[in-house]
Amino acid sequence: MSEIPGDLKFLKSHEWARVEDDGLVRVGISDHAQGQLGDLVYVELPELGAAVTAGSGVAVVESVKAASDIYAPVSGEIVEVNELLNDKPEIINEDAFGEGWIFLVRPSDRAELDELLDAKDYEALVEDEDH
Amino acid sequence: MTDKTVLNATHRALGARMVDFGGWDMPINYGSQIEEHHAVRRDAGMFDVSHMTVVDLHGARTREFLRHLLANNVDKLKVAGKALYSCMLDERGGVIDDLIVYFLGEEFFRLVVNAGTRAKDLAWIERQAKAFDVDVKERPEFAMIAVQGPNARAKVLGLLHEVDRPRIEQLGKFAAAAAQGPHGMPLFVARTGYTGEDGFEIIVPEADAVALWQALAAAGVAPAGLGARDTLRLEAGMNLYGQDMDESVTPWEANLGWTVALDQGRDFIGRGALEQQKAAGAPRVMVGLVLDEKGVLRHGQKVLTARGEGEILSGSFAPTLGKAIAFARIPAGEPGELRVDIRGREVPVRLVKYPFVRDGKACDGV
Repeated sequence: MSEIPGDLKFLKSHEWARVEDDGLVRVGISDHAQGQLGDLVYVELPELGAAVTAGSGVAVVESVKAASDIYAPVSGEIVEVNELLNDKPEIINEDAFGEGWIFLVRPSDRAELDELLDAKDYEALVEDEDH
Repeated sequence: MTDKTVLNATHRALGARMVDFGGWDMPINYGSQIEEHHAVRRDAGMFDVSHMTVVDLHGARTREFLRHLLANNVDKLKVAGKALYSCMLDERGGVIDDLIVYFLGEEFFRLVVNAGTRAKDLAWIERQAKAFDVDVKERPEFAMIAVQGPNARAKVLGLLHEVDRPRIEQLGKFAAAAAQGPHGMPLFVARTGYTGEDGFEIIVPEADAVALWQALAAAGVAPAGLGARDTLRLEAGMNLYGQDMDESVTPWEANLGWTVALDQGRDFIGRGALEQQKAAGAPRVMVGLVLDEKGVLRHGQKVLTARGEGEILSGSFAPTLGKAIAFARIPAGEPGELRVDIRGREVPVRLVKYPFVRDGKACDGV
């Protein structure tokens, strides 16, 4: 399993969030999550401009095996989605923490970021799950 | 506590993702399930199916017993080594399990039944066998490796003792024979499978299973997990017990009518119920569905028809087709336009004849 980048924050449900230089929050699923799901075949992206609430389902990733809701780590507005995933959902399998990002949020309450797990806590959570 | 096949450590060494499958710790994939699927459609792949249950039946009245136990007629088996697919039904015509029966001698037949149904199958078979004085013997000391794909037979043949090769090469479909494998290991080689491709299912003593697996790998056979096995068999139009049928379903309602032999005078278990339902008309039918838009059909989704609601049985993304396919059980009669409820969205689907894939290619109309 690939190294977890230290600048990421996580939900227990395996979404990651990265605060970009411009203050926007990029969201994807962890490498652990893509491994559990197996080959992804379809991603249902959120709508541009949609208002999302932290903890609510905003996207769906489907692997051969299962469908999984993707929850918003922070509240705000969807300002960009990763259109490449429409044709190549397997990008998430190949690079979950990078090219496989799913959507970008303009956060309405940055304090929500403090509620998320840091990389170390997330790593511990994943290790617990594996044992 | 989960059971482990003799190949468990081999799977783990290959980096397999392991899952609990009916109480067995089994590999779901070794990396990419889709690549494993394609390997079987295009070349050759192998599956550890040692979790399946081998049951040997011995006794002078074994054939007579199987005429009673099975909905298909074992009298179709005339040549030693021939195999037959059949349902085993209860008195109400419900499917206890589906299985393959091999004719190995007038007093010796072999059954291969599902892993998840092992306990109830054995109990049922033993109970029915008493009246026929047939000895029922499980063979847990056997492992089983399925080698499937257009190049599967050639790769297996290369590993057999040369005196056995011509005979195994000429083995017809749904027939089996003994042969010597690498280092003289004794194999039971059957030209059967669960992928829609040609190939063999090989029963091998546990002690030789790892060596056989390694020899197959060295011959270029790709390890494939239960994930690929599931998408392959669905594309090939083959039922999965527990998902596509169980005791609450008759063969008529599971598209398994072709396996029921209503031959004259044979009193098999469940026959009365089947004849009654046939005369009255089965209330439900099993059909194949294709989803042309994005999304994945999955077990349990609701199917909406002009005749009422049905349900997705097996459903998955089909790697050979690049879209989702499914089996569904729907009310009998003209169904009209079909839709499936995918997370609250009603999505149109097409009703098709299946198999969906044959000889590595999409079938007409799919």
